Amino acid sequence: MAGQATSQDQAAARRRWLLLAPALTILVFAASGPLLITLVYSFLAPGAFGGVEWEFSTDAWFNVILQRDIFEDTLGWSDAHLSIFWRSVKLSLMTTLVCLILGFPTAYFIATRPKSQRELWMLLIIIPFWTNLLIRTFAILELIRNEGTVNSVLIGLGVIDEPIQMLFTEFAIIIGMVYVYLPLMVLPIYASMERLNFSLVEAGYDLYATRFQVLRRVILPLVKPGVIAGSILVFVPSLGAYVTPRVMGGGNQLMIGNLIELQFGQGRNWPLGAALSITLLAIVMVALILYVRAAGDEDVRHG
Amino acid sequence: MPCGVGGQPLKIAISARNLRKVYPGQPPVQALAGVDIDIQDNEFFTLLGPSGCGKTTLLRLIAGFENPTSGSLEMFGDSILDAPPHKRPINTVFQSYALFPHMTVAQNIGFGLEMLGKPKAEIAATVDEMMALVKMTEMADRQTSQISGGQQQRVALARALAPKPKVLLLDEPLSALDFKLRKDMQLELKRLQSETGITFIFVTHDQEEALTMSDRIAVMEAGSIRQIGGPRDIYDHPAERFVADFIGDTNFLPAEIDGRDGTTARVKLSSGQKTTARMQEDTTPSGKVTLAVRPEHARLVGEAEGLLQGALREIVYFGTDTHFHVDIDDGTSFVLRQQNSPDTEARLSQGDRVGIIFGDGVAQVLRD
Repeated sequence: MAGQATSQDQAAARRRWLLLAPALTILVFAASGPLLITLVYSFLAPGAFGGVEWEFSTDAWFNVILQRDIFEDTLGWSDAHLSIFWRSVKLSLMTTLVCLILGFPTAYFIATRPKSQRELWMLLIIIPFWTNLLIRTFAILELIRNEGTVNSVLIGLGVIDEPIQMLFTEFAIIIGMVYVYLPLMVLPIYASMERLNFSLVEAGYDLYATRFQVLRRVILPLVKPGVIAGSILVFVPSLGAYVTPRVMGGGNQLMIGNLIELQFGQGRNWPLGAALSITLLAIVMVALILYVRAAGDEDVRHG
Repeated sequence: MPCGVGGQPLKIAISARNLRKVYPGQPPVQALAGVDIDIQDNEFFTLLGPSGCGKTTLLRLIAGFENPTSGSLEMFGDSILDAPPHKRPINTVFQSYALFPHMTVAQNIGFGLEMLGKPKAEIAATVDEMMALVKMTEMADRQTSQISGGQQQRVALARALAPKPKVLLLDEPLSALDFKLRKDMQLELKRLQSETGITFIFVTHDQEEALTMSDRIAVMEAGSIRQIGGPRDIYDHPAERFVADFIGDTNFLPAEIDGRDGTTARVKLSSGQKTTARMQEDTTPSGKVTLAVRPEHARLVGEAEGLLQGALREIVYFGTDTHFHVDIDDGTSFVLRQQNSPDTEARLSQGDRVGIIFGDGVAQVLRD
């Protein structure tokens, strides 16, 4: 009897593992696997024609932030890399901020429409997602290039004489990334806004709060989870963006994504690319920890 | 208690004239069909009616959450139609309480004062005072999700009272509470109203709540006011069939007007017997009318002595009282309610012939 029970238990355990297998496979091969390979590659030496040489080396990590002068053999900060890191963080933060400024009122607008209309408005937000990223980016490019729609209209109206150079600037990259990532901000804010009990807003007005005070003291604290989720969803892909800075920045406004691509392409320095990828991962993690902690602190203070 | 008996001049807190609210749509929905109302200062005023009668719409117009389609709305003689909700010295206790979930009990209560820009010390003092008033002092630092429904109710009340509004609006605030708690809160609200001297406008669909708490009641139906009066007035002298039917139980009797004298009418019942009934002041009914008689206002007597005669169909024992269902000879039925006491015994049984009498002026002539 006891033996039978044990074998039944074993069968149940086997079945559990079998059912978990697809999820485990994905976790191991799709998430941890590539990450592990990247980590290992970052400690190897670059191959002459791409790929890696299987010998241990910390050169790649060394080169992430430092560089040895070719002529004088002195150590210095890798200014090129550091300025690219800084630009990536700066542009991603600004993209997140602009998305928040545009996305919050949009989400509020949709959430305050009658129920029957909301889906239509959401559809309008989501439709651009159905189109290829590259095509959307080129559409924006067409708008802001020197001979593009915006400049032509402004010149036609006599507002300006010379076209404004917008393309191939950081401004252009922000425009492009905001356009691409805005739905990622609107969706989570809308989701928490829709759950918001609007009698709380009325209670705010009833208790002598002005519109701005209601926004700051009632609505914002209650939809904060959506704002946090939206900010993360925009910030993280912005930091690693590749296509948009490439097209809108024209190759001289590199972001981390472009730098990594360079190492695996023309640069033929896979270990450096791998080390940069891990660095990107670290920056994202640190940024998220700081952000969530700051947002969480405020929660505690509000009680 | 009718207001203004003390000889003091009456101050009108809220006054509405021909107030209409139509929601656009296909077809448009008329929520208020021209309401005239005067609510006096320091009065416990109740808007009573079934759901969809427009009582909540009227409350929302007074609070300023919505604008009327037409008509005027004044507060102490000044129009408030152009003032947004945060500029009106009116606070609301919401049906769902609408407590801010991200603030503590004390922060909720202090919110209105904070928005008014009161000094910190004054806010703290008023919050303490309000928490003592609703007996929530120990709960000051609790989250609103950590307190019971009855306590949330008290916090909502304290939050609305803290800025010392001129008028307090209460939108069915007791509907979510269980029976026992509701009874306690009814007394509590009544106490708070007389202690603070603030005009309370209370919305409910519960007739018993309205009768026990109010100084005056406005009975509403289909976007208009059917009758305004004190609880006794409304109960004893309903003006029309809807009011008589909605508040309490009522017997409706067919009758014929035989003559008039002031607010008293001589009427002939279906049995041919005559009695007197009260009329509304502004009406002059004639011909065939309907009378309303409350079940506890009539008595069972011997067949010969009764104003109406019939056969006893059913006797239902309710503990405190007994209900007698009588099939009257004209084909209608009549319900009587009689108080039970240990020394009265049921002498009657089903099928007995009985008579029904009620005093002069007890019956009420209904407006058609």
